[in-house]
Amino acid sequence: MIEFLENITPSTTMALVIHAMIPLGLILVYALFAIWMERKVAAHVQDRLGPMRVGWHGWAQTIADMLKLLQKEDIIPTDASRFLFRFAPFLIFVASYAAFAVIPFSSGYIGSSINIGVFYLLAITSLLTLSVIMAAWASNNKWSLLGGMRSAAQMVSYEVPTIMSVLSVIVVAGSLNLMTVTEMQSGNEILGFLPNWLIFQNPFLLVAFVIFFVSILAESHRVPFDLPESESELVAGYQTEYSGMRWGIFMLAEYADMLLLSLLGVVLFFGGWNSPFGTFMDGPVWGFFWFMLKGMLLVFVMMWIRWTLPRYRVDQLMRICWNILIPASFVNFVLIALWEMIF
Amino acid sequence: MATYAFVLLAVLAVASALAMVLNKNTVNSALFLVLNLMSVAGLYLLLHAQFLAIIQILVYAGAIMVLFLFVIMLLNVDEEESLFDKFRAIYLVAFLLGVVVFGQIVYSLGGVTDLLPEISADMAYVGTVEAVGEVLYTTYLMPFEMTAILLTAAVVGALMIAQYKVKTSDQEE
Repeated sequence: MIEFLENITPSTTMALVIHAMIPLGLILVYALFAIWMERKVAAHVQDRLGPMRVGWHGWAQTIADMLKLLQKEDIIPTDASRFLFRFAPFLIFVASYAAFAVIPFSSGYIGSSINIGVFYLLAITSLLTLSVIMAAWASNNKWSLLGGMRSAAQMVSYEVPTIMSVLSVIVVAGSLNLMTVTEMQSGNEILGFLPNWLIFQNPFLLVAFVIFFVSILAESHRVPFDLPESESELVAGYQTEYSGMRWGIFMLAEYADMLLLSLLGVVLFFGGWNSPFGTFMDGPVWGFFWFMLKGMLLVFVMMWIRWTLPRYRVDQLMRICWNILIPASFVNFVLIALWEMIF
Repeated sequence: MATYAFVLLAVLAVASALAMVLNKNTVNSALFLVLNLMSVAGLYLLLHAQFLAIIQILVYAGAIMVLFLFVIMLLNVDEEESLFDKFRAIYLVAFLLGVVVFGQIVYSLGGVTDLLPEISADMAYVGTVEAVGEVLYTTYLMPFEMTAILLTAAVVGALMIAQYKVKTSDQEE
């Protein structure tokens, strides 16, 4: 990809900038349709139609909303810490965008093929917690602060089962580079027809995926774990004081985070950009198609869950994490390691 | 290119460290410390120490600083008294010690001619996850296991303290 860009652009720097901007374009287009999809899924789950007026079945509703947000006044509370208040939405987006650098979108494109890819991803997304606390504290609002505290506690706690389930995949795959992890999952050899995806390779990896999926629901603040912004208790959590486009950036970051974690799940468990039919419909472009299709399926499941399950209480949330998920993920890790040693 | 990045990160690290010490607001200080840790992580990356850089972000900037912020916000330690309200002898000692350390740093900087060292492939390999893991599980296995036991003991201790409080509050009810 980078060689191709260097050939068609006049300078190397420009090629590098374009190379780094590709996920940004992808996230913007994705967010546009994901927000529309969320409303459509919500509407159909609740037996409604959802947005119908702007474009075919309301597909351009998000664009209209974006224009509305751009026109809104940018309100900063009087006693807010002004710089931090303005800075927090950007940091939160930077933290999730930076993580896209190590996601292999297809066999032809990965932002940076570093050896410690998944480790980097986990480290850089831990900055999300910090930016949420920053937004919450700078707003000088008790709901914001409580929401930020909850969110920080939740993200720090659920980071443990996420990291443990990612680690158990890494034990099987033997590499931290997500491109290598994807490449080793190509082919259709399990039981003669199933693709060589990691989820089929080891029965305990199925358990690891369940733990991983529950944890990423909590990490990206989706229902049933959306306590930081539960409106009946906290108005809107750490976003309470934000308005206009700054709030829009929070929204964008939330959707980017959902996509990031879903794509990570696809790389680790569902073969990344590998086609489910072996060499049929293979190649870099089809790889991108399969990768995004699998990612969007996981995003769809997240939306589906959001409109199906009620919200947990704070103490239940913590109990699920510390009493169930963390012990289960540690036991599962040992079992996966044993399975790998024996077979 | 690497030199420019080094100068940028070094200036950022020093400036944020100074800002952290001089800022009167505790939360701002903590956030400046995060900036400082991040720029030091960038310096590690320039030296090809990938593992160290990521661990710096994951453990210090990610986990420990969140803990710091929690403690600062929960304890509400905003009302700090100015350092220079009254003179104490210990300040003079601290000042002299600081001068000594600063002098040592300046002295050791005297022999430096180049900003960044040349990093060979062998040197870069030492900083990878493979190399660190190999050394941890062979040469330094004993200290590694001891640290693990120490950390487990600390976690059990923390749990004991937390559980104890819950039980007493139950009895009071």
